[in-house]
Amino acid sequence: MTHHGARCSPVWVALFLVSVCVLGVALGSAVGSTGFESWLNAWHDEVAWQIVWDIRLPRSVGACAAGALLGLAGALAQGLFRNPLADPYLLGSASGASLGVAVALALLGGDPFATEFLVRLGLTGAAFVGAVLAVLLTLVLARGVQHTLRLLLAGVIVGVVLGALASLITLMRPDVLQGMQGFLLGSTSFIGWNACVLMLAVLVLCAVVAFALSRVLDALSLGEATAISLGLPLAPVRVALVGVLALATGAAVAQTGLVAFVGLAAPHLVRSIVKTQHNWMVLLSALMGGALLLAADLLARMLLSPQEMPVGVLTAVLGGGYLLWLMYRSQAARTA
Amino acid sequence: MNAPLMALRLRDVSVSLAGQAVLHDIDMSFLAGRWTSIVGPNGAGKSTLLKAMAGLLPVSGRVFLFHQELMAMDRTQRAQQLSWLGQNESASDDLRVWDVVMLGRMPHQAWLAAPNVHDHAVVETALKATQAWDWRERSLGQLSGGERQRVLLARAMAVQAQVMLMDEPLANLDPPHQVDWLEQVRCLTAQNTTVISVLHEVGMALHADDLVVMQAGRVVHQGACADAQTHRAVEAVFDHRIAIHPVGDEWVAIPKR
Repeated sequence: MTHHGARCSPVWVALFLVSVCVLGVALGSAVGSTGFESWLNAWHDEVAWQIVWDIRLPRSVGACAAGALLGLAGALAQGLFRNPLADPYLLGSASGASLGVAVALALLGGDPFATEFLVRLGLTGAAFVGAVLAVLLTLVLARGVQHTLRLLLAGVIVGVVLGALASLITLMRPDVLQGMQGFLLGSTSFIGWNACVLMLAVLVLCAVVAFALSRVLDALSLGEATAISLGLPLAPVRVALVGVLALATGAAVAQTGLVAFVGLAAPHLVRSIVKTQHNWMVLLSALMGGALLLAADLLARMLLSPQEMPVGVLTAVLGGGYLLWLMYRSQAARTA
Repeated sequence: MNAPLMALRLRDVSVSLAGQAVLHDIDMSFLAGRWTSIVGPNGAGKSTLLKAMAGLLPVSGRVFLFHQELMAMDRTQRAQQLSWLGQNESASDDLRVWDVVMLGRMPHQAWLAAPNVHDHAVVETALKATQAWDWRERSLGQLSGGERQRVLLARAMAVQAQVMLMDEPLANLDPPHQVDWLEQVRCLTAQNTTVISVLHEVGMALHADDLVVMQAGRVVHQGACADAQTHRAVEAVFDHRIAIHPVGDEWVAIPKR
């Protein structure tokens, strides 16, 4: 057997994905009801400048950052739980985050898409706490991370129950109902610069921690016993990684709502292009997630133009299709 | 000749798993530079004993690694001196063979340090020793079960520990590579490495220097492989359904009807 498989250098993949993201942001700043015109007139027309600088650009940068956070969280979840199906959402973190946001809105009032920095920070904090608690609840119910089926089942249960609670809260508070509706569908339309700064800061923090802990994920992929035998402090590292996972998911969910499948699909796509260690895996998955959500955002704005669809709906359809194809392909490979 | 050095010593070691006693009052020692195989029927507690010696399970009693109490040792120091190869280790399909074996160097590396020249040399030697060098650029997912096992063995060897614990290291290996593994172990013990393995195939286990014979969570015998008393103990724990006979310089276990 001399099959070596298609192999790309991770550096080239990273450069390619960075270019895609830059191109996507540039395109995103040019797409909209006023089209390229605003872009061309931005320097001497104040309204055009506002459209490009205050609406389109933060939206595109934000979509990229949120996608990157979800991609990073997906790669971490899959490495940490040694399960290619682990997704930041499947562990209940997304429903936990949305419950956190719903509780915060119900208690403090306000709009999930408000742009003030303090409100964004508060919502991110609430989403983070919700995400952490939900992941912990899933882990407790699953009695650890070893039993894959139990873990996924517990994640589904936690997701459904917390999602129902979030719905209940929004039903009881009709003033936040409409905002929450858009939030649950997942939308990039209301991202402002404050949300971008917040997400980028969280992204840098999470990427640095994930990168520093990536060798533990490599060792964990050889089994827990081997990782312990190599002298690794598994317990504190696991806690740190679950924290990063919840922070990344919470930060993304608090700004863009429940954007589906990006966290699951991004690491899978990276793996289909390049086989590598977790340090590259985490970075490439983040870049891939950013590129995916940017592309989905562009599509969502262009498909029904001049109207647009919530980007979460689009990622759900595309991501679901991709997973189906992946499932079909692996089945075909097994029976071949 | 120097006085024989004790590599591992167990004092009154008992292990309970999920409230059930699996190992009872194990008391024994392993000499440095020898290969010991642990044999016994299914469920005798062989793997549990190996895990207890690796510090992977909470035990009552005491385990000493070169006169130091295992659980009191610094994590890194323990990892440098004791290498582990588990049974049916799951391994991600995505890692490159080279990177897998390099993980064996972790106990010798600082947290974020890149591998140095010595690490590269050790990994190369381990890969060549297990004849896995040609696949170093492949991912584990592209290897067969036996090939993967050889890579995992190279990973365990790359630790360069003085004590190697291996649980069913011959799983998935074809006969020629089983013989290669025997030669590897001989090389390791010649360099004064202590090898302790759990082997379910008694025929292979009989190539070791010493045997530990287990039954129902207890060690019923420990002795040299060539010793007739050891053979009787092995036959007894397998209900005399096997007989051990000499063939040339070797011993073989033959099933009895």
